[in-house]
Parts: sequence; structure tokens; C-alpha cells
Amino acid sequence: MAEPFVKIRNLSKSYWRGGRQVPVLAGIDIDVAEGEFLALMGPSGSGKSTLLNLMAGIDNADTGTIEIGGVEITSLTEAELTAWRSDNVGFIFQFYNLVPVLTALENVELPLVLQGLSRKERKERAAFFLGLVNLSERTDHYPGQLSGGEQQRVAIARAMVTDPLLLVADEPTGDLDRRSAEEVLELMEKLNREFKKVIVMVTHDPKSAERAHVIRHLEKGYLNAAP
Amino acid sequence: MAVPFMYSYRSLWTRRLTTALTAVGMALVVFVFAAIAMLAEGLEKTLVETGSAENVAIVRKGAVSEVQSGISRDQAAILETWPGVATGRDGRLLAAKELVVLISLSKRGTDKPSHVVIRGVSPVSLVLKPQVRLTEGRMPRPGTNEIMAGSSVSRRFEGAGLGETIRFAMRDWKVVGLFDAGSTGFSSEIWGDVDTLMQAFRRPVYSIVIFRMSDQGSFQQIKNGIENDPRLTVEAKRETVFYADQSKALSTFLRVLGTSLTLIFSLGAVIGAMITMYSAVANRVSEIGTLRALGFARASILSAFLLESLFIGVVGGALGLVMASFLQFLTISTMNFQTFAELAFSFTLTFRIAAQSLVVALVMGLAGGLLPAVKASRMNIVDALRTG
Ligand SMILES: Nc1ncnc2c1ncn2[C@@H]1O[C@H](COP(=O)(O)OP(=O)(O)O)[C@@H](O)[C@H]1O
Ligand SMILES: [Mg+2]
Repeated sequence: MAEPFVKIRNLSKSYWRGGRQVPVLAGIDIDVAEGEFLALMGPSGSGKSTLLNLMAGIDNADTGTIEIGGVEITSLTEAELTAWRSDNVGFIFQFYNLVPVLTALENVELPLVLQGLSRKERKERAAFFLGLVNLSERTDHYPGQLSGGEQQRVAIARAMVTDPLLLVADEPTGDLDRRSAEEVLELMEKLNREFKKVIVMVTHDPKSAERAHVIRHLEKGYLNAAP
Repeated sequence: MAVPFMYSYRSLWTRRLTTALTAVGMALVVFVFAAIAMLAEGLEKTLVETGSAENVAIVRKGAVSEVQSGISRDQAAILETWPGVATGRDGRLLAAKELVVLISLSKRGTDKPSHVVIRGVSPVSLVLKPQVRLTEGRMPRPGTNEIMAGSSVSRRFEGAGLGETIRFAMRDWKVVGLFDAGSTGFSSEIWGDVDTLMQAFRRPVYSIVIFRMSDQGSFQQIKNGIENDPRLTVEAKRETVFYADQSKALSTFLRVLGTSLTLIFSLGAVIGAMITMYSAVANRVSEIGTLRALGFARASILSAFLLESLFIGVVGGALGLVMASFLQFLTISTMNFQTFAELAFSFTLTFRIAAQSLVVALVMGLAGGLLPAVKASRMNIVDALRTG
């Protein structure tokens, strides 16, 4: 059997609240195969976002290891982790999180600033990915001038522009109407299918989860048995 | 890698009203700072230019100004022929004995009296003071009640125009000439013949003896000789130093005042900037989380926010300087604290003052922005992203 793309072992995480330690994840083991589209489901507060954030390298685990594409990110320093994120992870948030003072194109271009590309290369790349999400006409629009679905598509273009290994999406359709949600999900399927992106998506909507190859359920910090 | 400058710039533009108000606060501080520095500079420039480096000015020992000085006729005679005094083209020694008296005159348009310097001069005085040019009329003749007035005196004082008369020392004096001495202190004086004026004021002594050195390098030797001569009770200074020293007290006072006012006012401007920047950070918490998630380092966030407040500082500094630069068109007259005479001078903006003003503005921007920027850079990514 081939090595899994994401390999998580014995991952634990707890938060301190009012002087008490509240466990959120308790000894999680999970593998995500190369080319997989995984949906993480579970009730609110079960630790889905926490697990996703750990995989994306924006949070620190208490114990356990996370290996992604052969890199053990749990042993990276903060600066290394920051650089690793910019090269390897694309983020899709529930509320899009576009920078309001930048245009659609500039938002997509933003992660490329960290890649040391020339201005011209950045513009071209950003324009290409804006075209991929069918928003070429919205290049100079600011986020405030776009619908929720359009904003999320800009965010997807931004997540793709650095050609990351992994896309993480935390309730990407949670704030969208049905139609926009369908568009976004179709786009994500396409990225998985045609661009071979590994996608981990948190959702509590079963219809959204149907798009994924694999669905895992989190329950009070424990993963239910794999299907 | 830095967050694009565009990001900081547009963020400021989005909240342009608070940005502008904050910048105006800084502009006022810079204005005060620059204005006072320009005042001190103008004053110093005027008084330094009042002298010439190749001239020696001799006054009674311990006298800070010409008005307080007195040099007896026999001491003056010794000084006039001191070895090392240059000779003019006509063979005359280039030395002048002058009298300086303060009188009270009314300003034009008001009854408010103000002190004016009357200087008794001899023809050689004009050679020694090449800054002084007769612009209209002629020189006063010795033995007559004739005077000439400096340009800024004739403009501002009642009766000091060409052909008008001024009453002092119980006589009427006719203004037969006007002279201009550029921005020097002489422009604020009235000149007449020294012997005539000494008679009129019943003064037995001169105020100052001035001579040109034939060799500039011999100043120290001349000074030592004069000050060690047992017949003399005087001190000798270079003329430039002599007049500059007169401005020292006032310009030092102005500099201290300027620094204190700047410090006090800047505290307000810095707090203003801090409030502005803290609220900017508070409004953009999730944006900061997003940037960090995308891979921008803490240092990049820090510099992006610092850049914003420095930019406010630059705008405020530029605005304050522009406001202050208009002051150059004003001529200020103030009391010269040493002589208590009116002295006209202008606000003078120099490159150094402009640079210092911008530094003041940048320091305010930095001081106001530092804590908010540090706060922004310290945020935990996950917490920041959870903030709606
Ligand atoms: N930064 C935090 N500080 C304290 N508690 C937190 C923090 N983040 C998450 N939690 C808690 O951890 C639990 C799991 O949160 P989360 O991973 O967001 O759940 P989910 O995404 O499944 O709704 C919740 O009880 C939440 O309140
Ligand atoms: Mg969640």
C-alpha cells in the first residue's frame, strides 16, 4: 500500500478554559490518501475545525504527529511552519476572508507575493485562476461588490494560485444559498479531479459531504471507525 | 516578505476621515515645532549677519550689548589706532567710534511706543558695514539735525519716512535718507552723525569701537593685546560673534520652548495615533488571521501596521511643514532681549528644520503605531480567525 499523503498519529489537543483543561481531540489517528477528497462531519463543538487547523499548520498540537507530503509539520518551528503553509496549503473559509481593500485579482495575487514571483508573473497567474473560477469579468471588483458565491470562488482561486498540495475548507458552503453552494462544491470536485488536489473539507451538511470520496465523523474528539 | 504597500495604503484610505484627523493632530505639532525652530533660526540669522567676520567689535568689559557699553574718548582714541587696523583705499584707518542709544517711538497706526536703536556713525561706518546700502535720499551731514532710517524702521514707525521728522533728545530730526541692510539688525536702526548725536544726548562716551583687521588671522593676537592693555577696560570680539551672542539668550529660550511644547503636544498626537491604530487593528482581526494563515510572518504584520502609522506621520509632517512654510512670508518684530530694542526678522525655514520636523512626525507615527502593531503581530491565528 502506498504511503498516505496525510498521516496523523495519536493527535491530542486541549484548550484551557477557566483554569480547567478541556480536551478537544483525544488521540486521533487518520490517514488521507493521495488525491483524496475527505469530508469531516460531526456535531458542533466536536473538534472538526481544530483538527483541520492542525492539519493546515495554523494551530499547535499538544501531542502526536502530523505528516503531510513527507514533512512532519508538528516538528517545524513557527517560521518554518509559516513558510510551509504559504507553499503547501490553500485555505477556504466559511466567510471567505477576502481582504476587503483589495480587488478580486489582488486578493488572488496576494499569496504569490510570498513566492518571489515578478509582478507580471503574479498578475498572469492570478488572472488565470480567476478565469478558472469563471470570474474574469470581476477582476477589478472589491469583495464588497461581489455576491457570497462569487466571493467564495475568488477565495478558491486564491487557495489554488500557489499550486498547493492540500486544500483545507472549513464549512465552505455554510454561508451560501443552495445554488452558490452547488457551484462551489462543483468547483472543488473539479480541483480534486483535474488538478489532483487533496481536499479536506469540514461540513455538517450531508448533501455537501456526498461530494467527497470519504466521509469521517468526529464525535467528542474521537473519530468514528472508518467506513 | 512584506505585505504589499497597497494593502496598508488602501486600508488608510478606507478610513480616510480618521486618518486625516490623526494626521492633522500631528500636523499641528509639527507646525508648532517648525514655527519655533524657524523663529529661532531667523533671529540667529539676522543677528549673525549683522556682523562681519573681519571686523573686531570692542565694548566695555562685561557689557553684553552696545547699549550697556561705554568707552571713554581717550580709550577710543587708543583703540582707533591699534596696530593691525586696516587702512582704506584713501589711506584712512578703517575704524569707527559709534554711539548706540535707545529711544521710544510710536508705531505707525498706533500710539504704542517701542524702543528703537539710534546709532551715531562716522563715514567709515559704511565701509565697515557693507551690508548697509543707501537706497533713497542722502547721508546725514555732520553738525545738522539730519538722520537716516533703516528700511524696517521707516516702514513701521511714525515719522521715520523720507522727508518726515522725528522728535528725540529735545530736537526735531529730519529723515534725509533711507538705507537697507538686508535681513540684518541694522535695518531696524536709525543712523545719524556720531558727534552730533553725542552732543544732543549729552553723552560723554562712545558705545562701541569697530575696526577692520588688516589680517583676519591676527584676531586672537589683537584681542589679547587689547584685553591685557592696562590703559583699557574693554573686551574685543569678532563682530559676528558679538551680535550672535546677543541672540543667544532669546534663541536658546525659543529652542527650549519649542522642544517643551513639541513634547507636550506630541503626547496628545501620539495618543490620538495610538487610538486610531488600535481601532484599526481591532477592526481587522480576522483579516490579520487570514494574512497569517496565507503565510505572512508576524514581522510582516508588524511592519504593515507600522507602515500605516508612519504614513499618517508623513502626511501629518508634510502638512505641518506646508503650513509652517507660509510663515516665511511674515516679518516678525520682537524685542531683542539684550537691548530691548525692536528687531525685525523673518521665520526662516532651513533644510535642517524641515528634516527635523519630518523626523518628529515619523517618531510620533512610530510611537503611536508601535503598540497596536505589536498587538496585531502577536495574535494567535486560530483565535483571530474565530473572530467574526
Ligand atoms: N481557542 C479556543 N479556546 C478555547 N476553546 C476553544 C478554542 N477553539 C475551540 N475551542 C473549543 O474546542 C471545541 C471544539 O471546537 P471546534 O474545533 O471549533 O469545533 P467544531 O468546528 O467541530 O464546531 C469547542 O468546545 C470549542 O469551544
Ligand atoms: Mg468549526
